[in-house]
Amino acid sequence: MFEELSSKPAAWLSGAGPQAGIVLSSRVRLARNLLRCKFPPAADVELRRKVVGEVRSAIERSILLKSGKFFQNGDLGGMDRDFLVERHVISPEFMKAGEGHGLYLGEDESLSVMVNEEDHLRIQALTSGLEVGRAHELATQADAELSANLVFDYDEEFGYLTACPTNVGTGLRASVLIHLPALVLTREIDSVINRVTKVGWAVRGFYGEGTDVLGNLLQLSNQTTLGRSEQEVLEGLEKVTRQVIEYEESARYVLLRDAKEQIEDKIWRAYGILRFARVLTSGEVMNLLSAVRLGLGMGVLKEIPLGLVNELLLLCQPAHLQKFAGREMEPGERDAVRAELARARIEKALSGGANGPGNSKTA
Amino acid sequence: MLCQECGKTEAGVHLTQIVNNKKTVLNLCRECAERRGMTANPLVQVPFPLAEILSSMMGEAPEKKKGRGGETRCPGCGFTFAEFSKVGRFGCGQCYRAFQPQVSDLLRRIHGSTRHIGRKPTQEPEIDTVLIEEKRLEDELKKAIAAEDFEKAARLRDRIKTLMRQD
Repeated sequence: MFEELSSKPAAWLSGAGPQAGIVLSSRVRLARNLLRCKFPPAADVELRRKVVGEVRSAIERSILLKSGKFFQNGDLGGMDRDFLVERHVISPEFMKAGEGHGLYLGEDESLSVMVNEEDHLRIQALTSGLEVGRAHELATQADAELSANLVFDYDEEFGYLTACPTNVGTGLRASVLIHLPALVLTREIDSVINRVTKVGWAVRGFYGEGTDVLGNLLQLSNQTTLGRSEQEVLEGLEKVTRQVIEYEESARYVLLRDAKEQIEDKIWRAYGILRFARVLTSGEVMNLLSAVRLGLGMGVLKEIPLGLVNELLLLCQPAHLQKFAGREMEPGERDAVRAELARARIEKALSGGANGPGNSKTA
Repeated sequence: MLCQECGKTEAGVHLTQIVNNKKTVLNLCRECAERRGMTANPLVQVPFPLAEILSSMMGEAPEKKKGRGGETRCPGCGFTFAEFSKVGRFGCGQCYRAFQPQVSDLLRRIHGSTRHIGRKPTQEPEIDTVLIEEKRLEDELKKAIAAEDFEKAARLRDRIKTLMRQD
């Protein structure tokens, strides 16, 4: 399954949208539950199946959601699930155990609904760049259409009721995935994280020691869902993101001013390795892509489009590589295929093949 | 630095997480990090110190509750507040009312508030409906063309054009 998607970037990684040079994507999730119905963690299989059926028929009657596909447990294998986890469509534990789960996936993947994750419905909208507002519009539209055929559990005082009390109220979790290589290189990232979390935002991310950084991707999201309106949360997130973008931009400026040669060397070396290497591990490719992405943002590198770098971030992940190769592979074999894929895609972009999907399997 | 989890491999992944001003750093090797599902995947819930809050609440007045001859059970799912505290997930929506006043206390500690502000189910979304209308018209247009009703198709095409200009 998903063969047609496996060589395509997800729409939210297209590299389009406001601030796409630094913000990869914006995400909004709404948690909803059906009235007078046990939450999924407490429900038995029979009840969960019934919920899947009801949600599915509401989806089929919705205009916005009718063009996508609906999947149930048996439809997806382990690899399919990993693939969807890599594409940020489902959570890693979703559909792994037990029956009675469903997944709606919209045509361009910007909208999806997990049925019977922790809540009966997890409506998700993903957009490219800094567009939390548009993501929220999409999710809200889906929510409104679904509520025409489903009755959601809502309390006048507490708002939308959820299995976990950390989601009650708006049920809204808004987040941005943001690329901050210069802040990591200049070692300012900790102080930025501190400032952001002090004003009530959750930050999560991975980075390695010193300059050996892993993707330099951080996620900013709201912590609370009760007592603040959707608008307040979205505007707040956008504001704090813009602030972080400013910090990152000034760190880039400092890098170019004080360490021009070193930073340019780092970027060109990363590009060279990505273009010619024969074996690339998943960690290494993340770091190389991060450096190349920085190079594009700083105007050091101009040869390949941003969309291609985003695309490779996704296509180089294990399940995507295996879908691409059409078979399961050991990590060692994956490293060779990963290098081959990166090489082929870059060559194609350089030879004017643009950043389209296409099949470069044999290149 | 060795991986905190397996203690064998060099830790190459450092997860820093700050929730409610509490910073935790985990130093893991890549394998262990991946096994724990630690990626930048936004669908993985940011751990919230819910268990700590719950256990501190349970520790505050355990005797008082037991003394009243059994705890309240939620009429919807049969959960008790103690059972909820163990898993951190309610059994159903009725739990929120059944376990008062503990739930309000808990919500205040998590969110700093107990009152929902924001969208209500009956409320129409505050967004333009252009997107959805456009889609409907396009569907109708396709049908009209298929039925060779070109007069209708022309009308629909005009309406779509007007809509797109609004956008």
